[in-house]
Amino acid sequence: MRQFFAFVIKEFYHVFRDPKSMLMLFGMPIMLILLFGFALSNEIKNSKIVICDFAQDPASQRIIDKIEASKNFEIKKFLYDPRQIEQAFKEGNVKLVVVIPNHFNDDLLHLHKAQIQVIADASDPNTANTLTNYITNIVMDYQKEITPFNDLPQQINTEIRMIYNPELKGTTNFVPGVMALVLLLVCVLMTSVSIVKEKEKGTMEVLLVSPMHPLMVVISKAVPYLFLSIVNLSVILLLSVFLLKMPINGSIGLLFFESSLLILTALSLGLLISNSAQSQQQAMLISLMGMLIPVLLFTGFMFPLENMPLPLQIIANVVPSKWYYIIVKSIMIKGLGLSAIWKETLILLGMTVFLLTVSINKFKIRLG
Amino acid sequence: MNRNIVISTDKLTKRFGDFVATNEITFDVYEGEIFGFLGANGAGKTTAMRMLCGLSTPSSGKATIAGFDVYKETEKIKANIGYMSQKFSLYEDLTVQENIRFFGGIYGLSDQKIKSKSNELIQQLGMEKERGKLVGSLPLGWKQKLAFSVAIFHEPKIVFLDEPTGGVDPVTRRQFWDLIYDASDRGITIFVTTHYMDEAEYCNRVSMMVDGYIKALDTPTKLKQQFSAETMDEVFFELARGAKRKAD
Amino acid sequence: MADVVLNHISKTYNKGEVKAVTDVSFEVEKGELFGLIGPDGAGKTSIFRVLTTLLLPDAGSASVNGLDVVKDWKAIRKRVGYMPGKFSLYQDLTVEENLNFFATVFNTSVAENYDLIKDIYVQIEPFKTRRAGKLSGGMKQKLALCCALIHRPTVLFLDEPTTGVDTVSRKEFWEMLKRLKEQGITILVSTPYMDEATLCERIALIQDGKILSIDTPAQVVAQFPKNLYAIKSERMSQLLRDIRHLDYIDSCNSFGEYHHITFRDDDDYEIQKKLIADLNHQNHEYIEFKATPATIEDCFIKLLDQHE
Repeated sequence: MRQFFAFVIKEFYHVFRDPKSMLMLFGMPIMLILLFGFALSNEIKNSKIVICDFAQDPASQRIIDKIEASKNFEIKKFLYDPRQIEQAFKEGNVKLVVVIPNHFNDDLLHLHKAQIQVIADASDPNTANTLTNYITNIVMDYQKEITPFNDLPQQINTEIRMIYNPELKGTTNFVPGVMALVLLLVCVLMTSVSIVKEKEKGTMEVLLVSPMHPLMVVISKAVPYLFLSIVNLSVILLLSVFLLKMPINGSIGLLFFESSLLILTALSLGLLISNSAQSQQQAMLISLMGMLIPVLLFTGFMFPLENMPLPLQIIANVVPSKWYYIIVKSIMIKGLGLSAIWKETLILLGMTVFLLTVSINKFKIRLG
Repeated sequence: MNRNIVISTDKLTKRFGDFVATNEITFDVYEGEIFGFLGANGAGKTTAMRMLCGLSTPSSGKATIAGFDVYKETEKIKANIGYMSQKFSLYEDLTVQENIRFFGGIYGLSDQKIKSKSNELIQQLGMEKERGKLVGSLPLGWKQKLAFSVAIFHEPKIVFLDEPTGGVDPVTRRQFWDLIYDASDRGITIFVTTHYMDEAEYCNRVSMMVDGYIKALDTPTKLKQQFSAETMDEVFFELARGAKRKAD
Repeated sequence: MADVVLNHISKTYNKGEVKAVTDVSFEVEKGELFGLIGPDGAGKTSIFRVLTTLLLPDAGSASVNGLDVVKDWKAIRKRVGYMPGKFSLYQDLTVEENLNFFATVFNTSVAENYDLIKDIYVQIEPFKTRRAGKLSGGMKQKLALCCALIHRPTVLFLDEPTTGVDTVSRKEFWEMLKRLKEQGITILVSTPYMDEATLCERIALIQDGKILSIDTPAQVVAQFPKNLYAIKSERMSQLLRDIRHLDYIDSCNSFGEYHHITFRDDDDYEIQKKLIADLNHQNHEYIEFKATPATIEDCFIKLLDQHE
């Protein structure tokens, strides 16, 4: 036991005395959170649009006012000739044109039905989709406004409520994803590099030729990173809550428990990688490449998994961060407890146990 | 032996903060000479060599290598010297032929020249059968001999050898020195450091660095007389024993 | 039973492509200071790794303290001291921290076996709070030795401990080894430096994975098959070439200040005179010629020659 502590203390020395790994360990997560939280966002703001208001009546004006008030749009100009629409697109910068036809107000009042045409520049289909959605929401909003309670049933009254994130903030999507990314990336990287460093320097040889079980060596490396990752996690959470205004509606204890599972998974992966990597550089490369791409693609925070073809969705199931992401969103945003996420937790637990077993078994007690 | 001076230093110094690694060393090396540059680890040898190769800027003092100034003309220095060390010589995952071709290209030799010279070189080393083998698969001694030949491929004025025979077997070591003699005969100046004291005897003149200073510089014979020693090993021991600085 | 035994040990790498060790057998007695002498790539490190149970041999058997290297690896790892090449210390831990750590790893403390390392440790004690990475080669060597000894091993394996270290530290190191020997520890040292061979009790000369000779240094030298002579002149490299052209000369190798030569058949006074005359003819002046005792290096070269 004494020996285990001696190892753990030594590992802490290594981490704290190496400025580069300190930077990686603490600097990177903070940077990622700030980056994703502030700088990047898949909200689209200030898109330049053009309005063709042929109605020029109170109803159309009301809609135009709402569009103007929205931070998503900036009305570039008003056109009155349909032939100028194509020109507006060609001149560039204009992503969308809203055409309000003649007699808009009258149609609403008397026919209880009216149309608005939205022409979007779909050369960037994602943006086009998003923008048309925004417009649709604004129109729906207006529709709600003008529909009295006791109206005729044929009025289509689409009610859209954005629950949990009414402002459609991007951060709620990103922060759990960044948490997964950071924990996985940092833990795998640091563990694998640390173990391979011992091999490279030759100290691993000396440790092997000692009464210590080699596994002890490895587990002792995991402990400081487990501890430091929890610290990291706390920092990320603090930043998210106070700076990015993320909610934590559920149990923090549960959050930390689930995060520990992910950390253990990451540590086992790090161990596995260190078994085959010959140099620190290799370990770093494999860790980064092997973690970054699957996590970015298959966790579900950058690209929605539901939009992916089925084979890819199946692949996503083996990526631990996918389950963690669901778990964290459930806890932080929806405020749910273990009863709601026991299935995902079990899967994550299963992955952890499996990887731990495999990595321990594959650990070499000899060289070459 | 020509008395042209190919390396000339005047109070060459290198400081790292408060620490003076190389302290006002002053010496000349003549064309075609085999000059042994000895000293214990930490004596300032490596620092000095890096300055002479144009790899590190001196803190003060002057030096001219192959006629070029060590401050202002480092690129010309590098183009006119060869370098070989224990740590780096050739690319392990390229073949013998590929390595020669690569370095020939780096040194600016024409394709034709590279072709004819590499045939010459391979024959001289007796490596006909190894032409297409990866350098990594060759025994150490062969690697070192090949590396040396590649280092002088472009017939530089001076070649710097940093412990070129470390760990090599006795026979190959001597073959290596045969190559050095050949090069010296052709007029190439050899600047070599070594831990083998018998190799110090093969040099025309030897200098010994201790604690950043050059404590001795002369022919091996005269040095042995000076220190009443039978071998260069004893000379070295006498000088290094009093060293205060044993930092790496 | 001998403390360390190797029986027809072979080891290959790369699926048999690289024959690192071929049919090596030797024994080391308890308390002996044994030297494994050979250049890089000779197979020294592979042999050490087999003995310290880090590598499984492809063929043959070996034992340390009577324990089999394959089956009893756990027991062996508890009781041997190992200093691999490159010193393998923790660069960012201090001298003290390194020593304490290794002591703990071996379930002991620095105080417990301090008497064993005292003579060595006092030389680096003034630097005990310095990080190992900032020590000179000689000091790293001493620290690594202390760390390997701290648990009072029965057998000490030192793989090229003097490589890359200055000559003064090298001499000091061997002094330390001699004193350790007196404590009854069996010591196996590998080195590429032939001159260190004479400091061992017995040596094995090894090249290309094969043993060339095993004996005491004195015996190895005594087995040098011919009389050895030293010769020098004003132009040494030319002398070398000229002597090699003479058909009555068997071998000529440079050895620093002198060349060492052996004659093919007789080496009586007649042929010696002929040699000087022939060389004078070639314009060699101030020739010095004398008999000289063979060194380990001479023997190594001769053995290599015979093997080919």
